[in-house]
Amino acid sequence: MKRRLFWDIFFEKALKAAAWVSVLTLAGIFLMLLINSVRAFETISFAQFFSGTAWNPAAYGEATYGIGAMLFSTFLVTLGAMLIAVPLGIGTAAFLSEIASPRVRNILKPAIEMLAAVPSVVIGFLGIVLVAPALAKLFNLPHGLNALNGAILLAVMALPTLISVMEDAIHAVPKSYKEASYALGANRWETLVRVTLPSCTSGILVAIMLGLGRALGETMTVLMATGNAAAMPHGFFDSVRTITATVAIEMGEVPFRTPHYYSLFACALILFLITLLVNVAAERIAAGYRRKGQ
Amino acid sequence: MKRKIIQMLGLALMITATLLVVAILGVVLFDLSSKGAPSISWAFLTQSPKHGMTEGGILPAIFGTTAVTLLSTLLAMPLGIGCAVYLHEYAPDNTFSRLIRASIRNLAGVPSIVYGLFGVAIFVQFFGMGASVLAAGCTLGLLTLPSIITTTEEALRNVPRLTREGALALGATKWETIRTVVLPSAVPGILTGVILALSRGAGETAPILFTGVAFYTRYLPGSVMDEFMALPYHLYILSTQHHAIEQVRPLAYATALTLIGLVFMLNLTAFWVRAKYQHGKD
Amino acid sequence: MRTGLYFSILILLSACTRRNVETITIKGSDTEVNLVLQLAEAYMDSDLDVSVNITGGGSGVGIAGLLNGNTDVANSSRDINPYELTLAAERGVAVVPFVFAADALAIICHPSVPLDSLILKDLGKIFSGEIQNWQQLGGSNAKVSLYGRQSNSGTFMYFRERVLGKDYDPGIKQMNGNAQIIEAVKADPNAIGYIGFGYLTDESGALRDGIKVIKLAKMKGQNAISPLDKAGIKAGLYPLTRPLYQFTNGEPRGKILAFYEFEKSPFGQSIIAKNGYLPASEAGLANNSRQ
Repeated sequence: MKRRLFWDIFFEKALKAAAWVSVLTLAGIFLMLLINSVRAFETISFAQFFSGTAWNPAAYGEATYGIGAMLFSTFLVTLGAMLIAVPLGIGTAAFLSEIASPRVRNILKPAIEMLAAVPSVVIGFLGIVLVAPALAKLFNLPHGLNALNGAILLAVMALPTLISVMEDAIHAVPKSYKEASYALGANRWETLVRVTLPSCTSGILVAIMLGLGRALGETMTVLMATGNAAAMPHGFFDSVRTITATVAIEMGEVPFRTPHYYSLFACALILFLITLLVNVAAERIAAGYRRKGQ
Repeated sequence: MKRKIIQMLGLALMITATLLVVAILGVVLFDLSSKGAPSISWAFLTQSPKHGMTEGGILPAIFGTTAVTLLSTLLAMPLGIGCAVYLHEYAPDNTFSRLIRASIRNLAGVPSIVYGLFGVAIFVQFFGMGASVLAAGCTLGLLTLPSIITTTEEALRNVPRLTREGALALGATKWETIRTVVLPSAVPGILTGVILALSRGAGETAPILFTGVAFYTRYLPGSVMDEFMALPYHLYILSTQHHAIEQVRPLAYATALTLIGLVFMLNLTAFWVRAKYQHGKD
Repeated sequence: MRTGLYFSILILLSACTRRNVETITIKGSDTEVNLVLQLAEAYMDSDLDVSVNITGGGSGVGIAGLLNGNTDVANSSRDINPYELTLAAERGVAVVPFVFAADALAIICHPSVPLDSLILKDLGKIFSGEIQNWQQLGGSNAKVSLYGRQSNSGTFMYFRERVLGKDYDPGIKQMNGNAQIIEAVKADPNAIGYIGFGYLTDESGALRDGIKVIKLAKMKGQNAISPLDKAGIKAGLYPLTRPLYQFTNGEPRGKILAFYEFEKSPFGQSIIAKNGYLPASEAGLANNSRQ
């Protein structure tokens, strides 16, 4: 008995240790971002960082560290991606949940999960070799490496998340709602648009937030396909450089512990906080939704 | 009548949306297979690159990806599964543990480049591992840790309480219950989560970018402290920075196809495990 | 069956691994990466106990790697600057340069751009944004479309130092490497960009089609020279010839020294020439003053 007790306590401690190590390491990420960002702001002014639009650490004259253009580029590409992905996602999710037969659903759902599995480099690669030439021909541009290309690719990456979460939300609408609607004489489309979808608005919102978070954090896809011009974009046909791409490009060229090095951590912190905000918002909406449903 | 027309239009819209999404997957697979398959051969998969990457194969990249991904899973699995087991079986349900779970979920959504930065600052620089398989493996392990914890907890949650209580009623200690009853029934779910994490890790580029991947190595890494080649990075370079971009385009396609083949194989394995688990449940 | 699989994997792996291999890590310049790759491949063919790992990314990556202690050799198409030397001194890194070849920076544009030659000053005005429209140089009314490298590139730094004397036009499209610049210029009718002239020719030595090479003159009134004019370059008439560096931490020893010796050998020099680069002896021939 003593031996069994020993192992019982041993493993409880060991598992606790594993939990602590995991949590501390993950907390360490945030801590490290914070510490290095603080070091960055020892030499870079807040004002310039947040309101300056020129990111030019290797400038001829004085180095400037303004994230304005990058922030705008990030939002531009992400917004474009959402504009493309949300309608497609809702349409597909509604189809899967309400219209499709179980057999069709059993083929389509794994197919969509396959799309989710495609690595971001491969999507970026196809953005260079497939989408860019198509865009260039369609809109008569010299090359198709711009914000629109990035938006399309990010939409492709966010769609699987969007579709699966939305489909769950739509599927969870109680049958009684739909049956009541049919009883009142509505047809399938009217029921879908006026009863089913409105009653899972928060679920759809959650899906959009999660898709948004996915798109915001993408690195390789935007790095390869958006042209990487560091200036402020004027439209979707301009080449842009997002925060993630900037960090990925410049990380290799910075000697450790220089202002430029620390500035990249500040960028990463901003990224971290933005995705945190989006995820927390999603969870808030989801929690409110669950409470309401009960 | 108007309502019927609107319904038909609406249906058409939904079908169009779905077809578009499926078409995207179709285009991805078709383009990669048609342009990549011609360059794939046994030689391609088993040789090193030659002549400035314009000829030869990608064996070091396949090996590098496999090695780093395996290492990262080996590191993340005990930590992740242990953490999940502790959180689900031992930790009291208070604000603190809920906060931990929320933090883990949020960390799953953090951009991979942030993990890459962390890897450079901590593993490469602070721990002095330098750019190596080890540093990259640790970084990638961190990346997959949140998702392993979440999926393991999910699998544990699916083990019925009655099963646990039955074992405890028979006199087993908590750990014995976990070891003999809970974990075995949760294994398929855990395994699915681990394989999916593996497949995600194999396709990631940002975390390995500055923690150990190299453009060209003739030989395979001799130890975990060496640099390595990797499939996603190889694809990235072949399509953006190579000196003969057009010439190596077919090789880039073949690399993409190999990578996606590897990832899909892992995913299909995970699905198979999951399907078998569902079947076993019935 | 299983043991057979394990055995075959082991044999496969051992065919590609060398247990007693010494590794040389080389990182840096995109201009030099292909050349150094060819040199390294030839060198490894002759010496089976060494493995040369090469990564590109730009001269900045190489120098940062040297300062951070994670590379043995830094390829750089520019000299190290005073700030980096200070950092090196702080970290106890002794930066030792070695010029193994030379390069001429080529200015390329789309064939429909109405220019054949430029003086250095005008080239600077184009890339700094002072001249925005081809009309100002006698061409059609079209906005100049600029292509260059990113800040991690030695070529980026060298061009800015030598030609501009100030920052680039902010609208310049920053490409990932020389090859991307060529691809972009080929597709954009108003494009102009700069590349290492080793990239002007393809594998067989023929000039790549789809781009026009601009002749350069140092000052107005002088003869404009093309970077492909070997005699002109040798005579020091082309304004953008530059040395290609490799930096090490401390004097090169062991296999690194052997690699350097290989680069200096006739076989190494022939590889350098075959790839379209200049021998190290012609590195200093450009007039280093700006005007």
